[in-house]
Amino acid sequence: MSAADGTSVQERTDKLEGLGCKRKRVEDARFTQGKGKYVDDMKLPGMVFGDFVRSPYGHARIKKIDKSKALALPGVKAVLTADDLKPLNLHYMPTLAGDVQAVLAVDKVLFQGQEVAFVVATDRYIAADAVELIEVEYEDLPCVIDPLKAMDKDAPVLRHDLEGKTEGAHGARRHHNHIFTWEVGDAAATDKALGSAEVVAKEFLSYQRVHPCPLETCGCVASMDKINSHLTVWGTFQAPHAVRTVASLISGIPEHKIRIVSPDIGGGFGNKVGVYPGYICSIVASIVLGVPVKWIEDRIENLTATAFARDYHMTGEIAATKDGRITALKCHVVADHGAFDACADPTKFPAGFFNICTGSYDIPTAFLSVDGVYTNKAPGGVAYRCSFRVTEASYFIERMIDVLARKLNMDPAEVRRKNFIRKEQFPYKSALGWEYDSGDYDTAFDKALAAVDYKGLRAEQKKNREDFAAGKTRSLMGIGIAFFTEIVGAGPVKNCDILGLGMFDSCEIRIHPTGSAIARLGTISQGQGHATTFAQILATEIGLPASMITVEEGDTDTAPYGLGTYGSRSTPVAGAATAMAGRKIRAKAQMIAAYLLEVHDSDLEWDVDRFQVKGAPDRFKTMQEIAFAAYNKAIPGIEPGLEAVSYYDPPNMTYPFGAYICVADIDVDTGVTAIRRFYALDDCGTRINPMIIEGQVHGGLTEALAIAMGQEIAYDENGNVSGGSLLDFFLPTAVETPAWETDFTVTPSPHHPIGAKGVGESPNVGGVSAFSNAVCDAFAHLGLTHTQMPHDHWRVWKTAQKLGLVE
Amino acid sequence: MAKMHVKMTVNGGEVEALAEPRTLLIHFLREQLSLTGPHVGCDTSHCGACTVDLDGKSVKSCTVFVAQANGASVTTIEGIANADGTLHVLQEMFREHHGLQCGFCTPGMITRAYRLLQENPNPTETEIRYGISGNLCRCTGYQNIVKAIRAAADQLSGKKEAAE
Repeated sequence: MSAADGTSVQERTDKLEGLGCKRKRVEDARFTQGKGKYVDDMKLPGMVFGDFVRSPYGHARIKKIDKSKALALPGVKAVLTADDLKPLNLHYMPTLAGDVQAVLAVDKVLFQGQEVAFVVATDRYIAADAVELIEVEYEDLPCVIDPLKAMDKDAPVLRHDLEGKTEGAHGARRHHNHIFTWEVGDAAATDKALGSAEVVAKEFLSYQRVHPCPLETCGCVASMDKINSHLTVWGTFQAPHAVRTVASLISGIPEHKIRIVSPDIGGGFGNKVGVYPGYICSIVASIVLGVPVKWIEDRIENLTATAFARDYHMTGEIAATKDGRITALKCHVVADHGAFDACADPTKFPAGFFNICTGSYDIPTAFLSVDGVYTNKAPGGVAYRCSFRVTEASYFIERMIDVLARKLNMDPAEVRRKNFIRKEQFPYKSALGWEYDSGDYDTAFDKALAAVDYKGLRAEQKKNREDFAAGKTRSLMGIGIAFFTEIVGAGPVKNCDILGLGMFDSCEIRIHPTGSAIARLGTISQGQGHATTFAQILATEIGLPASMITVEEGDTDTAPYGLGTYGSRSTPVAGAATAMAGRKIRAKAQMIAAYLLEVHDSDLEWDVDRFQVKGAPDRFKTMQEIAFAAYNKAIPGIEPGLEAVSYYDPPNMTYPFGAYICVADIDVDTGVTAIRRFYALDDCGTRINPMIIEGQVHGGLTEALAIAMGQEIAYDENGNVSGGSLLDFFLPTAVETPAWETDFTVTPSPHHPIGAKGVGESPNVGGVSAFSNAVCDAFAHLGLTHTQMPHDHWRVWKTAQKLGLVE
Repeated sequence: MAKMHVKMTVNGGEVEALAEPRTLLIHFLREQLSLTGPHVGCDTSHCGACTVDLDGKSVKSCTVFVAQANGASVTTIEGIANADGTLHVLQEMFREHHGLQCGFCTPGMITRAYRLLQENPNPTETEIRYGISGNLCRCTGYQNIVKAIRAAADQLSGKKEAAE
């Protein structure tokens, strides 16, 4: 139908580049020309550089620190140690998990790479020279490396600062290396169900320590303006407002005198959620010296000292009937949190949302217990491209389903299908306490199995096994299935806070008189393309073209307060705030249009980019016209201007899901696993920009490949890190990375204003178990039920050897 | 440390400066010349974020001393665009095919692809994957980067044919 101005609804809709449009990214112009502004690109007058002296030991007493040689080096401005921070009470800082962490080592070091002294010099080369000149005498102490032995009776005491403290941030502590125990579900009913079950499968699954390793490391520039008592910190912050509040609480500087800015961020993946000693030391040094201080960690520092992920060691028991109906699930986790509990989880959830571990299945009874322990390893425990501990949970249940399928001698696809939560069961209340918002698992699963010709693949595998047995091939084929359900988008505030800060998010919109706009959000893009997609949400809501809407994030002086970007919360929370703020704009616009058209506002209807009189579409006012009138026409009873702000506290989280299928061919003589095919179907609800969704899925799958097939931050018994540089830590190149096939279904979230659920983390959450299941499946007919990640060539070859396939 | 006199051509212009001989080329470019397009992503010359073109070869500028680059001709991402100021077709195709996300690897990746297409104007997908294997990307999974480079190769060869 054509409107009165001769344009069709379709033409006007297309012009907006709103929801569902494969809009090209507005960010790309600067990035493709090398004009991104990352923190290390900053240069301020008088700026000096900080660098750390780090511990070579996993656990040692510091006997002496001699900084005299370093201080004598021309260009060195200061050397800070814990003794310098003590008078300021900054030698320890609060962690996100309610523990404290040494900013600079106090009396002893607790992990290799721990910050011992902070050197400040006029350039980064001199700072590095000075680091070498600082002499630290250590007395080596025994280490706790294996988390399963951390609570042994004779385990060394790691945290002397906590001695005698029997109450932690999350309840009672029963051992000097115990952080917390978290229990969810019905223990008695679960044990009863396990005891009386027809079939019980049990397995120990170890999810190794890995690292998000964004290509840009962490860093900051801190600048204290002593004249105005104003502190500005530019840095790699995934949650700039939270950093401001924490900085204010720690330093005593009032919040209005602190400005935190996240410039362009070169990938985050959880690594940039944490608060690190480098930030605190840079701020202190800038306050002391009165000049800007830059600190940028190098890659080895990044991998060994800031924010590891996973390190969950899980024992699972799953009960079922003989025909494959799951009756109960039990899980116990030993969580290695390293030397300080700096885990990034909402306060009430010390193991994050790991209690999503019943997955996509209607499991009537379940019980989960998690023991967090201290070890001589780096602190962290961030959600590496996932919502809090959701990848661990998804890996756990998806691996356990396969373990159960082997025991039942059933096809893993059949076990999944038999136990899916059915479409009509949503909203679904899980045994461990979550209310899943929406889902249609059967439809998605059918589509996925048909797309890969699952039956055909199993037939091919049967033939492959026969050929292998007959000596005709040395390659084994594995088929890995994962059907994951995520839980993302924290809040709601009543459940979710970090350090007491409620996890809502926000959007503030200002429409300019000539019909363009600026929207500011409490989140911060690290590559997700927020400036592109949030403008699309708004374009559809307010009828101005996305190209006329600037999206700005990351500056606490201008952006509304929000809790930042991680846990796939940007679209579910800030995206909702954007839609809601847009609706407020539209509500005011409707009143203005009614005045201009001399009708009652209830006589108007919204049509793409305008309000028109019902039944008389030739009488309308476009949003652009309304914007001009909002500022320039004296309208009785209506304030001038057209602005809105929304602080959105989500009523529930969102539950994206998907079906992933991996086909792998393993050369048993070399252990090399070739990914032949990887099919990923994602249901993230309403799709804002299909191009960006596909890009997110490609990237997340590549990270999942890395984790499943090679990544590990390992420690030897003396606490030495192996895997702490890109020499050893696996980041796939274009050669190891297969081509990805993507697909989708759409099941909107019923409580989200536009029905979107978030997608950035799904591929990591679902991908890891699909790869791992494929590797285990390749050897399943030989009796293998489980083998630990990472499935690098050596480990896969060892598996083949254990099964007697190679000598 | 004593400084040396350095002279080189950077993005077509003559540059003269004093620098410590141990200064890495990447730091010289970024900090002395304010060419912050190339980035530092690792310490071990694995990631390729610092890739520049040096005398017609892709090099990782974190592994070259400024002393070694003395007298050389260097091109960074800032010098890739066409002489008339329009974007190089690689820059356009990376946007067109969503070949970037956080943008941190992009300058090195495009600079490498710029040289790759001169070494091999008509690469297969596999040749592209091997050709950029010195450059790591953590966001895209490479698929769209490969697509963008292939599309740029098509356009460049199309242009060439049209000119002939």
